[in-house]
Amino acid sequence: MGESITLFSEDGKRSDGRSLDELRPIRIKVGVLSNAQGSAYIEQGRNKIIAAVYGPKEALPKHISLPDRCILRCRYHMAPFSTTERKSPAPSRREIELSMVLRNALEPLVMTWLFPRTVIDIFIEVLQADGGTRCAGLTAAVLALADAGIPLKGLVAACAVGKADGKILVDLNDLEDKYGEADMPVAYNPTLDGITLLQMDGIMSKEEVEQALSLAITATQKMHKMQVDALRERFSVQRREV
Amino acid sequence: MSITEQRPVISKLEQQELRRLLAENKRIDGRNPLQYRNIRVQLGYVEKAEGSALVELGNTKVLAAVKVGIAVPFADTPNEGILIVNAELVPLASPVFEPGPPSEESISLSRYVDRSIRESKSIDLSSLCIVPGRSVYSLYVDLYILDYDGNLIDASLIASVNALGITKMPKYVVEGQAIKKTDEYFKLELKDHPVSLTYAFLDDKYVVDPCLSEEYASDFTVSMTVKSDDRFCAIQKNGGGMISPRRVIELLERSLELGKELRTVAYRQLTGGNG
Repeated sequence: MGESITLFSEDGKRSDGRSLDELRPIRIKVGVLSNAQGSAYIEQGRNKIIAAVYGPKEALPKHISLPDRCILRCRYHMAPFSTTERKSPAPSRREIELSMVLRNALEPLVMTWLFPRTVIDIFIEVLQADGGTRCAGLTAAVLALADAGIPLKGLVAACAVGKADGKILVDLNDLEDKYGEADMPVAYNPTLDGITLLQMDGIMSKEEVEQALSLAITATQKMHKMQVDALRERFSVQRREV
Repeated sequence: MSITEQRPVISKLEQQELRRLLAENKRIDGRNPLQYRNIRVQLGYVEKAEGSALVELGNTKVLAAVKVGIAVPFADTPNEGILIVNAELVPLASPVFEPGPPSEESISLSRYVDRSIRESKSIDLSSLCIVPGRSVYSLYVDLYILDYDGNLIDASLIASVNALGITKMPKYVVEGQAIKKTDEYFKLELKDHPVSLTYAFLDDKYVVDPCLSEEYASDFTVSMTVKSDDRFCAIQKNGGGMISPRRVIELLERSLELGKELRTVAYRQLTGGNG
């Protein structure tokens, strides 16, 4: 696969000039929408993703509610123009799976028992895709939850790690995702030492998975700091307004 | 939209019993935590399909059938055959399965099985090209879940690989613009025998090959697919909860140990007992 594609230049740099353990430039802004209780925007490489949170609000129809906690609804969606070829706006099988995977990654963070019989809606909209959208979307969605003032056990930051041309690397771009040998998205919280999202496809030995996992942990720790900074920026702005 | 799953209630008593037993490294059905259930494989169950297998994993029953046809290849892979995996959670298998469009559970199951087969390169799709850019073989693997007692992922992969392993491919001849089916067949070559191992976590303990009550009581599951050469080709955490990196590494080791034995048992009829 992809023999004609060069993923590494002669000096060992990646196609976009990064080293193996280097993240793409990341820009995060919290509180970008006016109607949502919480929202966040992330740019990671050429990814542009908005996440919004509505709720907690009354769960309707009533039969979906739970008496002891709130439920989460999550929608991951890619805009038709987000990819090279137009993507149909109808949810694909991939989007349905990712909506579930992302909900599962967020649910363990939310103190759901505080809001019985309610629902929290999480919307993740990919405006431009450049590889690693589920991870960037998750990184933003957690911040949208925090922005909505929903009590969380902690934040997770998510990053894809993987393998291309036999090298283990962090934060795969579109090209490396398509033509590389393996892709492993990981969402991790450093204080709780917990992974809430873990997937892998492609081929890696046990040692390679371990190595990739430790790269992911370092990367998500860096991203965790950026998340905290973005939240801080959001709240310092509010203080000035008051 | 994906919505918080409402699992069937299992009694507090059963939940407590599962956990109490597990604290002593025992399980409700008498297995030890790393013991797999018995597997029965019946090859060629559906004669109308080009390949099929009925797999029983304890009380879980999965029927996989392969239908072979010809199709126009995808634009980005003009020289490759098409593999499509689809899973039907048939309503007769469980009170929680409902008729209607595929649920996210069924989509997630078929996508995991698809990834396990595709990424392990069990099938050389480039060998399934008839006329480049125009005509290639299509392999539809349809999974029918007939009885649900937990661990659909592992059972479904075993059923799919067994069904593909005996699939006979009709030969086609190209005559000018037309492509004609002949009466001859050749055997689909299987390059690998991947197995998936699913672990269910209850608090800080885990079991392999969860039965239904263990699955319902669990915080989350992790599935790992191992190829014949001991490399991994798919991993997925399903359900909420958190897992520590240390645990993930422990599961990788477990999967290598357990995978060998499972592969021998699951594909005995394909490989003639040689793993």
